[in-house]
Amino acid sequence: MANRTITVRFELNGKQIAAKVPVRTTLGDCLRHDLMQTGTHLACEHGVCGACTVIVDGAAVRSCLMLAVQAEGAKVITVEGLSSDDALTPLQAAFRKHHALQCGFCTPGMITTAHALLSAEPDADKARIREVLSGNLCRCTGYISIVEAVYEARAAYRIRK
Amino acid sequence: MKVADTFVPNLVGTPVERIEDLRLLRGRGQFVDDLHREGMLHAAILRSSVAHGRIRAIDARAARAMPGVRGVYTAEDVAQGSNGSIPTIPLRLAPLPELVPFEQPVIAHAKVRYVGEPLAVVVADSLALAEDALETIEIDIEPLPAVPDRHSSARKQALLFEAHGSNVPITYTAIKGDANAVRAPYVRRETFRVQRHTAVTMEPRGLLAVWDGARTKMTVSGAAKVPWATRSTLAQRMDLPEECVDMIEHDVGGGFGVRGEFYPEDYLIPFAARKLNRPVKWIEDRRENLLASNHSREIDMEVEIACEVDGTILALRGRAWVDMGAYVRASGTIPPRNVAQFLSGPYRVPNIHVESSMMLTNKGPVGTYRGPGRFEADFFRERLFDMAARDLGIDRVEFRRRNLVSKEEMPYPIATVTPPERKEEFDGGDYRITLDRCLAEIGWAEKAGLDGKLIDGRYHGLGIGCFVEGGAAGPRENARIVLDPDGHVSVFVGSTNIGQGLETVSTQIAADALRMPMERIRFYHGSTTYLKEGFGSFHSRSVVMGGSAILGAANALKDEIRKAAARRFACSADDVEVGSGLSASHRGKSLSAAELAGDGISAEGTFANHHHTYAYGAAAAHVAVDARTGRVELLEYVTVEDVGRIINPLTARGQAVGAVVQGLGGTFLEHLQYDQDGQFLTASLADYLLPTATDFPNIRAIVLENSPSPNNPLGAKGGGEGGIVPVGGVVSNAIAAALAPLGAEPRELPLSPPAVWRLIRDSKP
Repeated sequence: MANRTITVRFELNGKQIAAKVPVRTTLGDCLRHDLMQTGTHLACEHGVCGACTVIVDGAAVRSCLMLAVQAEGAKVITVEGLSSDDALTPLQAAFRKHHALQCGFCTPGMITTAHALLSAEPDADKARIREVLSGNLCRCTGYISIVEAVYEARAAYRIRK
Repeated sequence: MKVADTFVPNLVGTPVERIEDLRLLRGRGQFVDDLHREGMLHAAILRSSVAHGRIRAIDARAARAMPGVRGVYTAEDVAQGSNGSIPTIPLRLAPLPELVPFEQPVIAHAKVRYVGEPLAVVVADSLALAEDALETIEIDIEPLPAVPDRHSSARKQALLFEAHGSNVPITYTAIKGDANAVRAPYVRRETFRVQRHTAVTMEPRGLLAVWDGARTKMTVSGAAKVPWATRSTLAQRMDLPEECVDMIEHDVGGGFGVRGEFYPEDYLIPFAARKLNRPVKWIEDRRENLLASNHSREIDMEVEIACEVDGTILALRGRAWVDMGAYVRASGTIPPRNVAQFLSGPYRVPNIHVESSMMLTNKGPVGTYRGPGRFEADFFRERLFDMAARDLGIDRVEFRRRNLVSKEEMPYPIATVTPPERKEEFDGGDYRITLDRCLAEIGWAEKAGLDGKLIDGRYHGLGIGCFVEGGAAGPRENARIVLDPDGHVSVFVGSTNIGQGLETVSTQIAADALRMPMERIRFYHGSTTYLKEGFGSFHSRSVVMGGSAILGAANALKDEIRKAAARRFACSADDVEVGSGLSASHRGKSLSAAELAGDGISAEGTFANHHHTYAYGAAAAHVAVDARTGRVELLEYVTVEDVGRIINPLTARGQAVGAVVQGLGGTFLEHLQYDQDGQFLTASLADYLLPTATDFPNIRAIVLENSPSPNNPLGAKGGGEGGIVPVGGVVSNAIAAALAPLGAEPRELPLSPPAVWRLIRDSKP
């Protein structure tokens, strides 16, 4: 039963994809190991650390707590979908400028979480940014530089809106 | 030193944005779990659920019969593949023959000694199938009484190693002068305790082992910290020549001392790959990470200070008990040695006598974690100093200022620890400057009136402490630079990148040394394929050791360029000028780096060093304590550290702030807990609390470069750990100052709300 497979179809970073996975596969494992989108990182697999955060139909969700089959028909955006070959996005550039990453393992989850926040609330103040980022653990930076980076990136999201 | 004369910083010292970030920000990093290989299998490890017991039987028949399962290995299988014996994990740092009996076998045999100890490895087509199979393995263990703490360890409630007759593998002694002979007008003795906690890197450990039987080659991806040491250990234990083993470092999601030492899995996964002749991947899950990666910090200590009535310290005497867990692992010697040797911190203490015992318990084995033994020692010392200053009626800042080692006393000898004997001295600096700067930054004078004041229902208090940070462990580091055909250079170094920005800072150093833009430098690090020998990144060594090796290689490369150009110009090498961008010229003729590259130019550099560097500083905190709930709010924290030379202010400050917050986790939140049966109680991040973005918003780090180290051509001092060292002492001193009206004196960490509440309840004003 556990090994029964199912084909799940969803939109990943703007492209329609289909993946044949065991029914018990999480969205995180499906992205990483079936679709080879390894930018999404798994760090606790019990929904505490936020490293695996992806955006599903506009909402930041933990891909370790969601089954792949639950993504059927959804629009899924990962850190790869928030990146371009040419240059860093304003959010990424702000992270680099403020040294908001060291080992970089939590960073994809920080980027997706911050993107979802600023897309909905481009005027979020520092307290709000801290509150939202408190669901994402980082062991290197102490968070201060991350908050600064997200705060600075707000301007780009206001223009977009 | 010749090298120092020619090194002109240009990019060094500037906040260059990191090279690493371009891939990490776009999800293009390559961590070990991102690797896939054709035919790759997945391993899962069955771990003991019993803390102490005799293994009677392991029945894996059902697991072996499951579809998709390719192999199941127990101690019996490992012994068969290893001449009948089970390999053990050797001590990497400060090894001693008398500690060998306490080394951890790579898989439990005869006995289990902690919850989480490996009992069997299952390899299957998928991780899910491997985990399914684990559950079918039947284990029969006869339970023995567990040794849950250092007291029951001393009482021999049970013996972890019966043949040894005691649970104490060794007692170290740190000595300076004759502390036991000192008679002083003021003496105070106190007992302190730091709780078990550890690094908890965001990326769990992981390995991918690929065996190529036809070429007799084992390639292991996922190396970190010390790839060459790991290669040597693995090769010996697999009975392979070192040349037949390669360790490959990829992106590493945090080190902090814990990741990258040799662990049981570092043998078991390559073992399985060789057995099956298939690539095998193992990725630690978070439960295993909390259970089975090195623990640290659990130290009880009695400390006695002896002073003149004017506060001049005459002696420190102490006795430390270090809860080592069940085995003495690769870096396990360091916390008990450091807590003894660095008890005196940056202070002038003429007489020291400290004993520090390893105490075995049925818990996870201990190793180094950022600031090993120093975080604990600073908590003990700085707390005791505040108590002594108050007893003597001396201002606590003045007490410290009076006892700080002065610039004129440098190099200053500290206690010698044995065995093996290690003498140690501070390399230089003016410790009072960082203290004064720290006081100015937090506004000490203006805030001094706040101590013990009740404002809006909370008691306010300030704390201060001073620290040193050791760095630059020897014996050597190596680098090699190759002139590439396009006129770029490739720089190879034995240091490893554990998240600290090695690529960027090393490239800055190389760019200045070669007088070329960073864009023309290709940087390679941390894999045994690049250099014959390397030492890696630990003890805050990669800038000092790796950076100095790069300087040496750069100078050697310029000599090679001079020689090659001299042949072309038909002149003496001494008459060739090497200009910026590595162009060579002589009497109006010139050759570019690209033109010279065809001559096959490369050079190696080695930096050998037996003098540690000592970065130093001071930190201060301002807290508000709610006495009704025990909740402490950290209103402000400032750390000031002099690191000799700053390569990149962004990364230097970033690591300092990060280290402070990690230390605040250890001070307030983090606790690896066991019950009296040795059962592990904190196996998830819902139980083991890490700092989050809302916890500590007001941290500042000031990094200075007033006093270059005399011991290396960069003048740099190791600087990645200093931030964490004083945190426990400084914050608890602030809490003590806040709660002085209630008479509460923190003597134990963590200072969680219930702990502070109990402290208040049990104190007498």
